[in-house]
Amino acid sequence: MKTAPDPSGLDPYEDAEVRLTAQRMGMWLFLATEAMIFAGLFLAIFVIRTLHPEGATEASGHLKTWVGTGNTALLLVSSTLVALGSVAAKEGARRRALVAACFLGAAALGAAFLAIKIGVEYRAELHEGLIPGLGPAFPLQADGAQLFFNAYFAATGLHAIHVLIGVIALAGAAVGVWRRWLKLPDNAPEVEFTGLYWHLVDVVWIFLFPVLYLVG
Amino acid sequence: MTDAPLAPPRSENFLTAKETIRSWFLTIDHKRIALLYAAALFVFFFIGAAGAAVIRIEMLTPQGDVVSAEGYNRAFTLHGVIMVWFFLVPLIPTTFGNFLLPLMLGAKDLAFPRLNLASWYVFMISGVFTLAAIWLGGLETGWTFYTPLSAVYADGWVTLAILGVFISGFSSIFTGINFIVTTHTLRAPGMTWFRMPLFVWSLYATSLVMVLATPVLAITLLLILAERAFGIGVFDPTLGGDPLLFQHLFWFYSHPAVYIMILPAFGVISELVTAGARNRVFGYKFIAFSSLAIAILGFMVWGHHMFTTGQSMYAGIVFSFLSFLVAVPSAVKAYNWAATLYKGRITLNTPFLYALGFIALFVFGGLTGVILAALAVDLHVHDSYFVVAHFHYIMVGAAVTAFMGAVHFWWPKVTGRLYNEHLGRASAILLWIGFNLTFFPQFIMGYLGMPRRYHAYDPEFQVWHLLSSAGTPILAMGYLLPVFYLGWSLYNGRPAGPNPWRAQGLEWTVSSPPPEHNFHGPVKVTREAYDYPKEDAYKGPLPRDAWREAEDDREEGQAAEDRR
Repeated sequence: MKTAPDPSGLDPYEDAEVRLTAQRMGMWLFLATEAMIFAGLFLAIFVIRTLHPEGATEASGHLKTWVGTGNTALLLVSSTLVALGSVAAKEGARRRALVAACFLGAAALGAAFLAIKIGVEYRAELHEGLIPGLGPAFPLQADGAQLFFNAYFAATGLHAIHVLIGVIALAGAAVGVWRRWLKLPDNAPEVEFTGLYWHLVDVVWIFLFPVLYLVG
Repeated sequence: MTDAPLAPPRSENFLTAKETIRSWFLTIDHKRIALLYAAALFVFFFIGAAGAAVIRIEMLTPQGDVVSAEGYNRAFTLHGVIMVWFFLVPLIPTTFGNFLLPLMLGAKDLAFPRLNLASWYVFMISGVFTLAAIWLGGLETGWTFYTPLSAVYADGWVTLAILGVFISGFSSIFTGINFIVTTHTLRAPGMTWFRMPLFVWSLYATSLVMVLATPVLAITLLLILAERAFGIGVFDPTLGGDPLLFQHLFWFYSHPAVYIMILPAFGVISELVTAGARNRVFGYKFIAFSSLAIAILGFMVWGHHMFTTGQSMYAGIVFSFLSFLVAVPSAVKAYNWAATLYKGRITLNTPFLYALGFIALFVFGGLTGVILAALAVDLHVHDSYFVVAHFHYIMVGAAVTAFMGAVHFWWPKVTGRLYNEHLGRASAILLWIGFNLTFFPQFIMGYLGMPRRYHAYDPEFQVWHLLSSAGTPILAMGYLLPVFYLGWSLYNGRPAGPNPWRAQGLEWTVSSPPPEHNFHGPVKVTREAYDYPKEDAYKGPLPRDAWREAEDDREEGQAAEDRR
């Protein structure tokens, strides 16, 4: 759709469609940089596992696979909700309630993920002395086991920060859509990009889960 | 529909469009942001140069008598951290890239103007962090922050400095994203990919490296911070970590980062050579794709920094081979510049002298790079002054000389003024002589066995160190002289007119300085890049003072304009 130039004269775009393309491309590039951040961590984990296969296996055995599996399920369901919400958002304002509900539901599942991650997993690991510098002495003796755990905390900690940001963004988008601050579908970019971000958070976890929990 | 204008009247000149201090610090005009960056980089350059001065004074005598060993470590760390992270990496993209990219593409601004301003503020915040670390006592890790020194033993303000460098990465990422999206979406009608100036191609390749490599640096620095602050061992052997892992992660960014510094310089030189020779650029597509090839190959060669660290021999052989490969697209560029000069109508003006100086320094620096990429030779000269000389030839000799060439080429466009041509050429020559005198002796003493990072040394190397230190005042003159005559030209220079070099390219079609929104109306591109008229290409032997003739022509043109 051809629109009049921005009256302030500041907008470099004459054409709303091109602007949307540019915003979308910017978002994908941003997601690529996020993926590269985690790629560095995956490389580190890969090196640790190659250098110390026994330590990695033993350490991985101390992770609570069933908790991790449950958390994986939570994120997968939340991603499905976000996908549903994003499709509904394209249909416009009459789907407003559905979009808001989907995003709010996804945010709640993300918050549940965090609660389980910190309240159950990290707490148990603290009591076992697996967190560096806190709790009792590190219990495992195998070479590289401690290193594996350090990488685990670095990776899941950074991921948890991303989940937190995602939960806030999803909740914000849900409220924005519900209160009509974000008009559908004209302002769908914000909704769409929040959804994309959440999918990235999900995808990173889908890779972290087998690499960390299912070794050995 | 009323006849009221949709946009406010467009000023003829972006510098005078709004004149309050506030309008500068809140500007989202890419041209003004470029100047904000330039001001910041100017300051950083002198801080980094102070570190270099301490180094060269200390090296005058074999005894470590000017500063202590630790003071020397802090001096070269200051020099390296500031010059690499806060001068060379942002140097050309943030200044000339910001200023020229939209102009060259026929766009009103970059794709995300507010993000562009944000990236400047992020850069300044990161600079404040790092300068604070240096002010509070400095750090002694070198610019590479090698573990376990940086993570465990160093007692300076390492955490603060690393935080500063980490934050500066975001500025780099923002700039990269902005450039890529701008190139894809804001080209004027008719500006196809193969009509883009080669400077734009080089910025595009640079941005790809910025976007893909900088996050790896970010996570590497985050891991060091985690290790220093929280005891989460990843690199520290006493905590079970692996220091070599740091080097792998660090060089995965930092080798491509060399191309962040040099690729934009290639783009500048392509512009300067074709304009200086008034000739169509030879092998346009080869130069364009060689930038992309260098960007891609740049990701595969980080292991050549680690030949002596005990990585496997087979890894060493593969990295050595891949490193040789980078020479191919680099040589393609050098040959194409030479072919562009052939039968060109060359005017030895200031930017062109810088371009010629660049080619000489870059070819020499590049050839010594091939020597270093050879596994066996590297074992001999590793961590010696040979390496120091090599990377200074590339990162300073080539990249900064290209920047100086860019300053002299686009100065009339940015400021609307001409500078003194005699002083310009004198400073280009001074720069070249001073640079070679400073760094060529370092190749020799490095080959003879002078290790880097030592504050005291064997007296047999003193003659080479003396020569090297003697070059620095000349080099400094080469850098300082332009400050004076360019500053003078701001107030007293003759008006440049839109196109003093009679060069091709959209940026030369607008007035100098460009108007606030770059173009007065819609831009339509109908011509190929560097469409210099054929009959201009060769007119017999050059008169010795062809530049003077060109200057007379300019004066005539100006007089004609004045009469109108």
